[in-house]
Amino acid sequence: MSSEYYVCTGCALLCDDIEVETEDGKLSKVHAACLKGVARMKGCSNPLECTVDGEKADIDSAIAKAASILKNAKNPLIFGHGNSSSEAQKVSIGLAKKTGAYIDDTSSFCQGPIIEAILQEKLKTCTLDDVRHKADVIIFWGADPSNSHPRHLSRYSYFPRGKERQRGWEEDRTAITIDIRRSSTAEICRDTRFYQIPMSADAEFMDALVSGLSSKVPKTSFDFDKKRILELANVMKKAKFGVICVGLGLVYSLEELEPLFKLMEKLNEVSNFHLIPMVGQYNMRGFNQNLFAETGSVNRLKFNGETGNTDHGAEYSVVEALKNKSVDAALIIGSDPLSSLPLSVARYLTEIPLITIDPCQNLTATRSTVTIPCALGGVEAGGTAVRMDGVEIELKKIIETDNLSDEEILTRITEAI
Amino acid sequence: MANVMEIYQLLPKTNCKECGKATCMAFAVDLPGRKVKVDDCPPLMNEAKYKANYEKLLEMFGSVKDVTETGLIVHNEKCIGCGNCVVACPVNVANDPLGAGSGKAPTSDKVIFKVEDGVVRARNVQECRRFGDNRILCVACIDTCPTKAIEFV
Repeated sequence: MSSEYYVCTGCALLCDDIEVETEDGKLSKVHAACLKGVARMKGCSNPLECTVDGEKADIDSAIAKAASILKNAKNPLIFGHGNSSSEAQKVSIGLAKKTGAYIDDTSSFCQGPIIEAILQEKLKTCTLDDVRHKADVIIFWGADPSNSHPRHLSRYSYFPRGKERQRGWEEDRTAITIDIRRSSTAEICRDTRFYQIPMSADAEFMDALVSGLSSKVPKTSFDFDKKRILELANVMKKAKFGVICVGLGLVYSLEELEPLFKLMEKLNEVSNFHLIPMVGQYNMRGFNQNLFAETGSVNRLKFNGETGNTDHGAEYSVVEALKNKSVDAALIIGSDPLSSLPLSVARYLTEIPLITIDPCQNLTATRSTVTIPCALGGVEAGGTAVRMDGVEIELKKIIETDNLSDEEILTRITEAI
Repeated sequence: MANVMEIYQLLPKTNCKECGKATCMAFAVDLPGRKVKVDDCPPLMNEAKYKANYEKLLEMFGSVKDVTETGLIVHNEKCIGCGNCVVACPVNVANDPLGAGSGKAPTSDKVIFKVEDGVVRARNVQECRRFGDNRILCVACIDTCPTKAIEFV
């Protein structure tokens, strides 16, 4: 077994305590990572081949073809980025600038609004290490980390002993789940700490909690037990270091973030509360931060090829751009929009020249004009990535590969234009 | 699990002392604690009239596939490798406070649970608090498992 620790890129927790065993240039055993991480780190069962127009091709001609597609397009789209290193993302932003492209990632229909609010300092946040060492009240709202981020509870939020939480979860921590269904995480939190609310009722439940925190009677249209809301408000009030882990369930339920801002403001008046977004892909937050540093927006952007100015807004998101058919070519990096977006939206991708850069075969790749296999981030290529709480983590290369990293591929495409 | 009286009723009740115990009752008391085995009672094993009782006792105390000495079973097909049991197990915390106890990968060989290839593996089971003379009914690993992959029989 190697005595060196590596980073798992299975999700945005970026666990950095992974030991591996290698055999014949492949990972034979992965220690400490969860099943999700092991599946990612052990690589694809069906690797992507380098093709142009469905025929096998060498990497040079594939890069040349990709460059000519992007060069000839008036409004290309560059999408993906969640599974790329920060270095590759920066090259991608440069490429979008050069070609006057739409640039977006999955955060535009995911955690984008929350990360934007955190980067604009509208929401108080903390690191996962703070959570491990200090947090005594942890709320999973619309999130089920037991399935989405399997090591979240064991590594940071609930079970570990921390500097100020020496007595463990039984005495020192309270974990609460607020969700529309009894998730695996809710099972762990037990019935008394599980608040089941109706669909789309999150905003109303937040208002009720604010009332509870202000010592008013909390009323809800779905008649939630007032005593239980007051009890929850009381636990939150007494928290020394509270954290709300915001999942997609909450993001999708809120039409605007105002109720969340109001709740966080009230919580920080009477208590001490922080918020961490439960980011899925390992470097989605990295893309948001890199683009924010460059342009002041986290996603949904269009560069003007001539002036270099940017347009930002909902209509520049990948979904709207595809719906309005306003793009005429697309470069997809480490993502599979044909699988993850609704077919009515994604179908347009099959009508335009498509380039896919990915380590593995996927549905989008089968419909692509050009496919270029890249090295698996964190396993076959190094770099840096940003954890869900904003901490930068360095990724190390574990095994060798013939494939170029996505950073190198993007650099060569940029140079060829 | 059956109580001592129920076990006693299934024994020969002859106090023959062939097992090394003074009485059949003493044998019945030691059986659940695994200090003696069902096969340690020669009459029960060899005499045809006790055959039905022998089989019943074997069913209660015979070894089940994949069960460790403490009766711990990890259902590999259910485990997702979240590591909750690794961090929650009091023995892991005591033997490896800065590794497993702090949520990180175990750094000691004395831990009971360790995740390998995404599935938890039990080892050093003799360290488990449910084992030995001072055993207690600890359920830390069962209670914290989101997929109910750990079971004691």
